[in-house]
Amino acid sequence: MTSAISTPDKPAAPRGGAGKLGWLVPAIVTGGLVPAVVLAARAARGDLGANPIAEAMNQLGLLALVLLVLSLAATPLQIVTGWKWPIRIRKSLGLLGFFYVCAHFLVYALVDQSLALRAIAEDITKRPFILVGFAAFVLLIPLAATSTAKALKRMGFARWKRLHRLAYVVAILGVIHFVMRVKKDVTEPAIYGAVLAGLFLIRIMDWVRKRGNKRGAARG
Amino acid sequence: MRRLPPPPPSSEITPEARYLRRREILKSVGLFVGTAAAMGTGLVALTGRGRRANITAEPLPADLVVPPPTPAAPSGSAAARNPFTTDEPRTPYEDVTTYNNYYELGLDKEDPARNAKTLKPKPWTVVFEGEIKKPQRVDIDTLLKWFPLEERVYRMRCVETWSMVIPWLGFPLGKLLERLEPTSRAKYVAFNTLMDPEQLPFQLTDVLEWPYREGLRLDEAMHPLTMLAAGLYGKSLPGQNGAPLRLVVPWKYGFKGIKSIVRIALVEKEPQTSWNMAAPREYGFYANVNPLVAHPRWSQAMERRIGDLEKRPTLPFNGYAEEVAHLYAGMDLRMHY
Repeated sequence: MTSAISTPDKPAAPRGGAGKLGWLVPAIVTGGLVPAVVLAARAARGDLGANPIAEAMNQLGLLALVLLVLSLAATPLQIVTGWKWPIRIRKSLGLLGFFYVCAHFLVYALVDQSLALRAIAEDITKRPFILVGFAAFVLLIPLAATSTAKALKRMGFARWKRLHRLAYVVAILGVIHFVMRVKKDVTEPAIYGAVLAGLFLIRIMDWVRKRGNKRGAARG
Repeated sequence: MRRLPPPPPSSEITPEARYLRRREILKSVGLFVGTAAAMGTGLVALTGRGRRANITAEPLPADLVVPPPTPAAPSGSAAARNPFTTDEPRTPYEDVTTYNNYYELGLDKEDPARNAKTLKPKPWTVVFEGEIKKPQRVDIDTLLKWFPLEERVYRMRCVETWSMVIPWLGFPLGKLLERLEPTSRAKYVAFNTLMDPEQLPFQLTDVLEWPYREGLRLDEAMHPLTMLAAGLYGKSLPGQNGAPLRLVVPWKYGFKGIKSIVRIALVEKEPQTSWNMAAPREYGFYANVNPLVAHPRWSQAMERRIGDLEKRPTLPFNGYAEEVAHLYAGMDLRMHY
């Protein structure tokens, strides 16, 4: 989830900006925080419906899932189109997702459960629905913590890449958490699951193709 | 001959590179604003739900309405408990009418209020059939004149762990059943919602098996707390609350309260019920409010009263144990959830 991973390093950008696309990352981060501002404003106005806490949790959880799926779409999009820019915003999208996961968990723990630690512990251990969501949250922490270029250098690219494959696990857990939350209709979580499967498929096909090329080259 | 002004010193001339970059910077600002706005609106459109619809409902004719029954407690005792009218704060009308589970009108809580326009509660006919001596079809206006409408303030506990306090207008189901004269073979009461995708458009989806079905054991149906409601807050039921006639069983989870009823049949065997058909491990036939029996996916020990920030403990039989617990004497309520 950091930029310039699978693309060769670009020549240093001219002084005073990050090259032609210097506006891109700030724009994504700003736009990504807009829903949080809108949600806070609606909460302050009492405009979140009859059950504002459930509504806030639902919106934050959904935002987290959308942003995590978007971050996982960067590499497949680059594979399919050859564009370089998706990789530049991948880390921002992942960190925005983490931001909303944290907000979702904090509203659950602080507001919904009033920080009743025993009830929270019971929820996590007894209810698969909560456990799955909590596991996704916990697994995201090391990814967020190692999202800096420094951490990448310290860990070495191979190890870092292996660790960050967890992002897929996190998104799958997110979809499962969503499926388990709805009372009956699974259409919406199923859509996210299908998108995720499609993204994964693109990566697998790319991997198979590259492997074939390598073999072909070795034989020739 | 006039002299030309001296040319500006070369240090004041904007270098061409910077001049060109200024354009680039302006373009970048535009792209930044456009992208941020697109990203922000896209995310809000995708995830920001929960807007309310405006609700209108007609008042019910006042001559139909009478006060609720008073309990058979010693008169004058101030602590006389009246299960028919709780004195807890009532959930605001706006919340009662915009936060609904009525899947036939949409799956999100706010959807039924928005989509209820398609439901036409008049004209409306209810069919009474099965193990009764007087099977018949009755127009809703006639039916509502059979019995005086009482206002009853009940707690309503949804299986999703939220609750409300709602002033219903209606009549005891038991009185209706007496009038229909059940035969000796009648053991259960089965209810059906209207089946008409033009009025209830989500019946075109297969979220549940339509029409919505519910059922009660005969003694539950005859219990004086069980009522058929035609209104709330002194007005006729809005579509999203189950117009024109719905079941209210205050000691059971809200999904037992079947809406927009067109058929009531007395039957010998336990009837099929919609949520039980959809997920038998999660929703039983009885569906009595029980803090000790967790839903497989969440605890039922606590509930959030709509309007409250903090949750409160859920009471056995939703606080109506004194009135109804005897109906289930000897039954294992962990098995018969």
